[in-house]
Amino acid sequence: MADEQVIEKLKELWNKYEEIEGKFKDEMDPVFDEPYYPGIAEKLYNPDKPMENRITDIGPPYFWQFMPPIIKKNFGKWKSHRIIRPGVIKRVSETGDVIYVVRCGTPRLETVDYIREICDIADKYCDGYVRWTTRNNVEFIVDSEEKLNALIEDLENRKHPNGSYKYPIGGTGAGVSSIVHTQGWIHCHTPAIDASGLVKSIMDEIFDYFGSHKLPAKTKLALACCLNMCGAVHCSDIAIVGIHRKPPFVEDDRISAVCEIPLAVAACPLGAVRPATVEIEGKKKKTVRVNVERCMFCGNCYTMCPAMPLADGEGDCITIVVGGKVSNRLSPPKFSRVVLTGIPNEPPRWPTTVKWIKRILEVYAQHANKYERVGVWIERIGWERFFELTDIPFTEKCIDDYRLAYTTYRTTTHFKFTKHVKTKLEDYYIQK
Amino acid sequence: MGEIKKHDTPMVDELKKGRWPSFVDDIYTYGEKHKKQACFDIMGQLELSYQHKETHWKHGGIVGVFGYGGGVIGRYSDQQERFPAIWAFHTLRVHHPAAKWYHTKALRKLCDMWEHRGSGLVNFHGSTGDIILLGAVTEQLEYTFYDLTHQLHWDLGGSGSNLRSPACCMGKSLCEWALFDVQDMDYELTMYFQDELHRPAFPYKFKFKFSGCPLDCVAAVARADLSFVGTWRDDIKIDQEAVRAYVNGEIPPNAGAFSDRDWGPFDIKKEVIDLCPAKCMYWDEKEQKLYIDNKECVRCMHCIAVMPEALKPGDDRGVCILIGSKSVILEGAQLSSILAPFVKVEPPYDDIKDLVYKIWDYWMEVGKNRERVGELMQRIGLNRFLVDVLGIEPIPQHISIPRSEPYIFWREEEVPGGWKRDLAEFRKRHPI
Repeated sequence: MADEQVIEKLKELWNKYEEIEGKFKDEMDPVFDEPYYPGIAEKLYNPDKPMENRITDIGPPYFWQFMPPIIKKNFGKWKSHRIIRPGVIKRVSETGDVIYVVRCGTPRLETVDYIREICDIADKYCDGYVRWTTRNNVEFIVDSEEKLNALIEDLENRKHPNGSYKYPIGGTGAGVSSIVHTQGWIHCHTPAIDASGLVKSIMDEIFDYFGSHKLPAKTKLALACCLNMCGAVHCSDIAIVGIHRKPPFVEDDRISAVCEIPLAVAACPLGAVRPATVEIEGKKKKTVRVNVERCMFCGNCYTMCPAMPLADGEGDCITIVVGGKVSNRLSPPKFSRVVLTGIPNEPPRWPTTVKWIKRILEVYAQHANKYERVGVWIERIGWERFFELTDIPFTEKCIDDYRLAYTTYRTTTHFKFTKHVKTKLEDYYIQK
Repeated sequence: MGEIKKHDTPMVDELKKGRWPSFVDDIYTYGEKHKKQACFDIMGQLELSYQHKETHWKHGGIVGVFGYGGGVIGRYSDQQERFPAIWAFHTLRVHHPAAKWYHTKALRKLCDMWEHRGSGLVNFHGSTGDIILLGAVTEQLEYTFYDLTHQLHWDLGGSGSNLRSPACCMGKSLCEWALFDVQDMDYELTMYFQDELHRPAFPYKFKFKFSGCPLDCVAAVARADLSFVGTWRDDIKIDQEAVRAYVNGEIPPNAGAFSDRDWGPFDIKKEVIDLCPAKCMYWDEKEQKLYIDNKECVRCMHCIAVMPEALKPGDDRGVCILIGSKSVILEGAQLSSILAPFVKVEPPYDDIKDLVYKIWDYWMEVGKNRERVGELMQRIGLNRFLVDVLGIEPIPQHISIPRSEPYIFWREEEVPGGWKRDLAEFRKRHPI
């Protein structure tokens, strides 16, 4: 088709979209029937007149059009479900319809060919429909056992050239979920650690827990490559956080050119950044000084000011937090707690971090009661018992000294006799 | 297309091994097949990060599409000479459809577009929910946006100090526990607040998340400034026949979520009655009948999750609105707290929109730079925020426990006679 014809066609489709304000419900937006025309944007966008042909504020495609007919028919009518094997959920509707949802882990960071392969699978078994979960799993929905069995066999046989599964089935019930994670070194400017590589290393090691129901409860893992926590890991059963440990540099020669000094000063939650003036080559320059005694290495100053970098390959480390959850099941949502920090950052396989994650998971699996999430189990047995069972060395770093610290002190004589408790007072003193 | 330049990546190559899907294998396979230099360069830069244990992405870089203040995040390599194909590697956030359903026609077209315009690397999905297109050079941004809007009728999501792309759980499309239509509310509010989503004018980010039930699969309570969680207020519906089937071991408890371990026969007393946080359940062994004192129930979902074929949430359904959650930066992590414990919601959700504007108006006026609404609430006090800002009647459901210290900030008008007093009169009564 000539460009003019394509543009005409697109206009026609746009008019159709506008007529119903994009609310395609029973049928899909016909724009998706058109192939992608690579050169057309160059004809539509005119840098000299940037408002010409500009479409804005249309939001995402209306969700109804992407749901399979059987989902539309049974929308809000689902009666019950059973996980018939790890990763496979059978859902039954009031209408009598039955579907099977097959859940697969993905690396989240992927190529369009990986997505196209998902499309191939969805076209073959699911009439082209597919969905993703909040935790980066992909779900294929089929309506018969025959299709289900064929789909499972197909998925299990799809592997990358070096043998890793492309679409491992699992992520349901009392197992570990896919690790919600952030960008890390692949795409972020503030990370202390990588994300995708660490996630791959951990999941390789605990792979069997993803595709099985062996744990006492659902166990949600997460990773954030710095304290910004795009991954919101602060309410996960077990999570990893990248931590900076050196105060920021201050690049006196360029800070006033690249930063708003008052914003850099205001960025510090502890007031550790103050304005200052220095003399460089006889010229007075505005800059800042950092009171390193007060710095808690949150990196917020760097977020606001590029002339205050704090990443450091030698100093940055890993923290493990445990015991958080968001579900209201049995007990209210709770935060994860710091149990281990200062773990070295060890690409490409992070053996120390992986070892501890696996250890925590296995001790939990061995000791928790059925239905007990990690944090609930720990609350029952006591944190001292948790440290004893896992052999995680308790350090002063686990004692809160931030805003709500007092609420975490032990203000009762309720405690358990673990290896941490001594007999003589002198034994409580730090051994030199 | 010129010759592809490959880099030695021995550490990164380690991540081709193992069972979990290897993003390295995927990226290299794709790079080879489509002769994408960016794929080799990004792996090369990741290898360098693995050596240095530091990121090689520069801080920020302001790029975008005309008229939008969000949706594109600038990213530049600090290794421009070594990895020229990723010198600029900007991110585009593409707003996901509610509950992340797709049809392959749309996905394939998106893939074709991204292969043509960018690196071909994606995240399905970013933490907030958007599809993340990783790696575009600056000059391709407008064309990508024109392709998205004209050829896919698809818009960018939020980034920066604006409304972020709202997100919801699978909702009524797949789940029998969805107590309101999360997808509809997500879509409606997304469309209504398009201006706030694309044109940052807030002190910091603002997130809406919608979970259909108290299990909160989308983690609304942990990461949304305004969290909507479905709940109900009438009786849990009991199918006594089915309860007996669970008790007699005819149906696997918890939909089979514990299938790979021998937890012994299902014990309704131990696993349901005794664990109920409200202690409002009773199993009559003789009658073989389950009783629930529904007015005492806190709707934690446990009994329903354990016996999904016997118990169902009631029919008088609504939404619990909670406010203020966020991750660590700046002042520490917060969970959302109850604003309105139960409200009926109906499209087009005008009352919710009014509430949102009320919150935003105040936050935009009083909020400090990078202060989330939860932090603002802490700063001025939940009581003031509820009463003075929103005009909401305080009720016990707003707190988990009343304050322990009696330091109360009385308002002058609340005290008989006000604060203006006559010192001379006072001294007449109390001579010095």
